[in-house]
Amino acid sequence: MRTEPIIGPSGEAVPVTRTWHWGRWLAGLAALAVCGWLVGLVVANPRLDWGAVWDHLFHPLILSGIVVTIEISILATVLGLVLGVFLAVMRLSHNPVLQWLATLYIWFFRGTPVLVQLIFWYNLAFLFPELILKIPFTMIGLKWDTNQVMTGFTSAMLGLGLNLAAYFAETVRAGIQAVDRGQSEAAYALGMTPGKRMRVIVLPQALRIIIPPTGNEFISMLKTTSLVYVVAGHDLMTNASQIYKANNLIMELLIVASLWYMLMTAVATFLQGRLERRFGSDAVRLVRGGGLAARVLPRQPKPEVNR
Amino acid sequence: MTGDPVVLARGVRMSYGDTEVLHGVDFSVAPGEVSCIIGPSGSGKSTFLRCVNGLEPVLGGSLRVLGEEVGHTLRDGKYHPWSPKRFAAFRTKIGMVFQRFNLFAHQSALENVACAPIHVAGMSGDKARELAMEHLARVGLADHAHKRPHQLSGGQQQRVAIARALAMNPTLMLFDEPTSALDPELVDEVLEVMKKLALDGMTMLVVTHEIGFAREVGDTLTFFDEGVVVEQGAPAELLAACKQPRTRAFLSSVL
Repeated sequence: MRTEPIIGPSGEAVPVTRTWHWGRWLAGLAALAVCGWLVGLVVANPRLDWGAVWDHLFHPLILSGIVVTIEISILATVLGLVLGVFLAVMRLSHNPVLQWLATLYIWFFRGTPVLVQLIFWYNLAFLFPELILKIPFTMIGLKWDTNQVMTGFTSAMLGLGLNLAAYFAETVRAGIQAVDRGQSEAAYALGMTPGKRMRVIVLPQALRIIIPPTGNEFISMLKTTSLVYVVAGHDLMTNASQIYKANNLIMELLIVASLWYMLMTAVATFLQGRLERRFGSDAVRLVRGGGLAARVLPRQPKPEVNR
Repeated sequence: MTGDPVVLARGVRMSYGDTEVLHGVDFSVAPGEVSCIIGPSGSGKSTFLRCVNGLEPVLGGSLRVLGEEVGHTLRDGKYHPWSPKRFAAFRTKIGMVFQRFNLFAHQSALENVACAPIHVAGMSGDKARELAMEHLARVGLADHAHKRPHQLSGGQQQRVAIARALAMNPTLMLFDEPTSALDPELVDEVLEVMKKLALDGMTMLVVTHEIGFAREVGDTLTFFDEGVVVEQGAPAELLAACKQPRTRAFLSSVL
């Protein structure tokens, strides 16, 4: 907006007035009134014990729940991402059986509620009391009790990870298909097999499109883990519920859990911004050099090498 | 120019879906020959070129390249289709340069050239980079080795693409309209590199609109139209006195 005076027709400097944004002021006042009223209702509610919120904020069960939530989120996301890439490659394969299998998987895991899947994995022992892994026609192998393997933690990781894979496969597929066909042709012309072309040429370039949404998936996963509540996974939500079941401070514990979820989301959002800046703007660079750390952390300017 | 032909096509047919685009192409390239193909767009010249290294399947007739029937091996009285791996092995002997360059966008010029020696030939990284540097120097781009494709001009990109194809030490080089996507002032630098390559005795099959290049460097000039070879001959003769009215009409429109 201009603040410098304008030279008028008679030659002298005439000041410029300020634009009065009526709409913004009105909207601001209305928002303040409504939000203030709502917050006031909660904060000033005599039935809500803010002291209890503060007391439970750093409760050991809450803190251990946070650790488990982060663990499940990371493991399930990693499982989902890796499996998602395989599913996407299978879906785009020329082998009709692989294509069909991937399509079936995606349909099945997107077609059933994740809550159902979690309960299913947790109760796997009803179908298979023992998990046996052995070399056919020999006695060599391993055997586990299903109930010991399928704890709340593993069934949460499996359920959420396998579910994410189905969704993520579609993101990866879009990323792969966005890579120009000429890149594949050049790779074939140089004597690459289809698999090598995918690994060396196509996937590294598809990452540019695939990586940014992973941040979003992770943020979503942080809160989806609260479903683990149904299989007693000892995550933040499960532990919070255990506390409120004992002392009946339901609202207070929900506020405690929400505050922590919001903090985790804020941190993850910050990291996501980092990730997107690395992979979005400096588009093509990001695929090479260094490990994950080198990509997420700020990069040192590289001296230009001339030979 | 003696010895078995590098490319020998007899009645080659190819279709996209129900549309036949090659209606029986007869054509041959001798070792060391620089063979130029011209023709209007949609005449099937690029498709034919892509059949030579198996990027498009031949659906009829016979196409022998470097002594092999492209896509099939004769065994026990039957032709067996190639596996993707077999195709890949075959293509290592043929270099290809595309109209749109198709440099790998996530790699530097050097990495582009070193890519196939490393990932296809299994060369060590250091040795491949040394080799890549030599090839880049040959096309005059040693100073740009560490630039990304998007930091290079079209002409420079195409020269990197040529270096990349040469890094696998091919017996035959295919050029698919290598200068058509270039700004006019960048065409010459690419043609210069191709001329040098021709003088070094490389067998080259060039689909082009550069009549001047064909006249100066080409050993034979072939005119494609509507999926067949219409006329063929030494460039100077064909350009001076073509017999077919279709050739004449095309030449008068481009010259």
